[in-house]
Amino acid sequence: MTAISSLPRHTLSLIVENRPGVLARVSSTLARRGFNIHSLAVGPTIDPGLSRITVVVESDKIEQVTKQLHKLINIIKIFELDPSEAVERETMLIRIAATGNSRTQAIEVANIFKANVVDVGINTLTFGITSRPAKLNDLIELLRPFGVVELVKSGRIAIGRDAKSKPSRMRAVG
Amino acid sequence: MVASRKPTTMTKITGAQAVISSLEHEGVDLMFGIPGGAILPAYDPLYSSPIRHILARHEQGAGHMAAGYAWATGRVGVCMATSGPGATNLVTPLADALMDSVPMVAITGQVPTHAVGNDAFQEAYTTGITMPVTKHNYFVTDPDEISTVMHEAFHLASSGRPGPVLIDLPKDVLQQQTEWRPPEDLDLPGYRPTMDGHPRRVKEAVEMLAQSHRPVLYVGGGIIKSEASAALTRFAEISNIPVVTTLMGRGALPDDHPLCLGMPGMHGNYTAITSMQKCDVLAAVGVRFDDRVTGDPQHFAVGATVIHADIDPAEIGKVRRPDIPIVADARRVLEQFIAAWGDRPPVDNRDWLDTLSGWQRKHPLSYDQHQDGPIKPQFIIEELCRLTGGDAILVAGVGQHQMWASQLWKFDRPRRWINSGGLGTMGFAVPAAIGAKAGMPDELVYAVDGDGCFQMTFQELIAASAFRIPVKVVVFNNGAHGMVKQWQKMFYGRRFSSSLLNPEVVDYVKLVEGMGCIGLRAERPEEVEPTLEKSLSIDDRPVVVEMVVDPEEMVFPMVPAGGSNDQVILGPEPGDRG
Repeated sequence: MTAISSLPRHTLSLIVENRPGVLARVSSTLARRGFNIHSLAVGPTIDPGLSRITVVVESDKIEQVTKQLHKLINIIKIFELDPSEAVERETMLIRIAATGNSRTQAIEVANIFKANVVDVGINTLTFGITSRPAKLNDLIELLRPFGVVELVKSGRIAIGRDAKSKPSRMRAVG
Repeated sequence: MVASRKPTTMTKITGAQAVISSLEHEGVDLMFGIPGGAILPAYDPLYSSPIRHILARHEQGAGHMAAGYAWATGRVGVCMATSGPGATNLVTPLADALMDSVPMVAITGQVPTHAVGNDAFQEAYTTGITMPVTKHNYFVTDPDEISTVMHEAFHLASSGRPGPVLIDLPKDVLQQQTEWRPPEDLDLPGYRPTMDGHPRRVKEAVEMLAQSHRPVLYVGGGIIKSEASAALTRFAEISNIPVVTTLMGRGALPDDHPLCLGMPGMHGNYTAITSMQKCDVLAAVGVRFDDRVTGDPQHFAVGATVIHADIDPAEIGKVRRPDIPIVADARRVLEQFIAAWGDRPPVDNRDWLDTLSGWQRKHPLSYDQHQDGPIKPQFIIEELCRLTGGDAILVAGVGQHQMWASQLWKFDRPRRWINSGGLGTMGFAVPAAIGAKAGMPDELVYAVDGDGCFQMTFQELIAASAFRIPVKVVVFNNGAHGMVKQWQKMFYGRRFSSSLLNPEVVDYVKLVEGMGCIGLRAERPEEVEPTLEKSLSIDDRPVVVEMVVDPEEMVFPMVPAGGSNDQVILGPEPGDRG
């Protein structure tokens, strides 16, 4: 990653028809309109005919983003999830350089974050963790001094708390 | 092979026959295309179908013909092409149709399913390539889906905000057996266009307009698409609100209507442009605040309260955040306006209308046609309009000739003006005129075209001759890409980099006679009328009139790109002539 965007991030949860090419339509629409994707996760829902795409978009024109996405025929619903009213999760695998004493220190840090050791090498340790995005970033910072060898992060997934998430306001326009 | 007979439920047919039966089921009587390897199976049942197929000479021509047909008739235009280059040649007409909301269905052949992804001969990733230039597209892998997909495609193309829909059909899917079944009910849970405006917003809009003193109705292509002209005329009349009609909306209100101010925008007339700048309430219906209309949006209609009604929610707030947003079909919302207006008196805007007519007197569109000077292109438009009584479908390409045509023709109703508005596709006029004439054979169809545009697509005149589609084309020969030359004059220090067309090379009369057309030429002002009369008298084959026009003529008024609509350039600087 190079330039860090200063645009606000928005988490959109899309209910889409489970058909080939829908993901391409979503990413193509966002690219075509100049909206930057921070992360994207896609998976099935409880209804085999529907999939959910969770996309974190960096834009100061979020209303245009949702309206343009709504024009896609295969998108059924769009929710914008306010982080204060949603549970957000990311999964991370992080491999650090760790030998001798530093191993114990790193494991102590990981334990505080409830990260698990998922792989042990001669000179490395790999932790796995699923947590809030901010917490993952904190863990990265604390492990950075050990030397991060490799880092893999999933796209963010999110779910509205209780019944507080509501369809994005675009439907209410007019 | 079973010959094409009317299939009944459960008849075994091929996928290809299902495609053609679906077209018949949708009421298609005319389509445009070019066959090739992958689409060949679909051309076989077409051979015995009542659908008339016009063999274009380039797939781009087929696409624009379908668009011209759709503009003129209001029905879905259909084009067909083979895989690979056939499909990629459709990209421009699809992009054009998407920008101008033209209802179109494009059918493309694809390499057989087992070869897809292997870089097979004439393979292109058609659905991927056309995703951003279509309203929707389909890649069909099961012949049983054909009738449903075709039905959905026609529905999507023609409803809501219309647009092009593409269906990509692998050759083996066309060849496989399927059972014909009439299309099922539409199941499109993600597609429900809002037709009626929110009653509260409608009420607010009408109250806002009723209390205004300097209101303007800003209307465009949405009026034409939704057949809203009658409602627009009625609403304008009961409220006494003047109307500007954009390039896409010319003819929405007749040009000779006292409330019609004509075209706004980059080359609009002074009154139409300035009315929007000075209005207190701007009621925009079926328009999208295009940059060619608004100029710099920061300086557009700064003091106005904006009402924006459009069927596409994404257009509302995209450029200008309206005070009253209304998602609705243009005709429905105007009918709602009429009902909500009730028996209110017209707007108290006598002073405003006086101001507007003062501007019209002070800044009319003007040009000087000298007796012995070169032919002025504007003079040709006015003469053609006079000689036809305006009773023709006028089709334009893109550039200076398009602006003069839109400025000076007197449009009396919708669907009499066809052009490439949003994409600005040079070469649009000839094929679009052929499509319009094929769809409306009893109407007089004139294309006006620039020489630059004409050289991009004139080969479609061979199709016009072959299928006896007697379009008439007036080529404005100024030996240049005129609009490019105009910008180079005004903004690039008269450095005419690659804008001159070597007119001495082309003999247009010979060229078009070689394609089965009648070729005519006029070089002097006094030849304009008899030459146009001659073109009017021929109706058994296409006619092309070459008009050698003043190469230095420029389009005015003009608001330079990105400039403020407060600064309208009314005419050339002294040094710009010659």
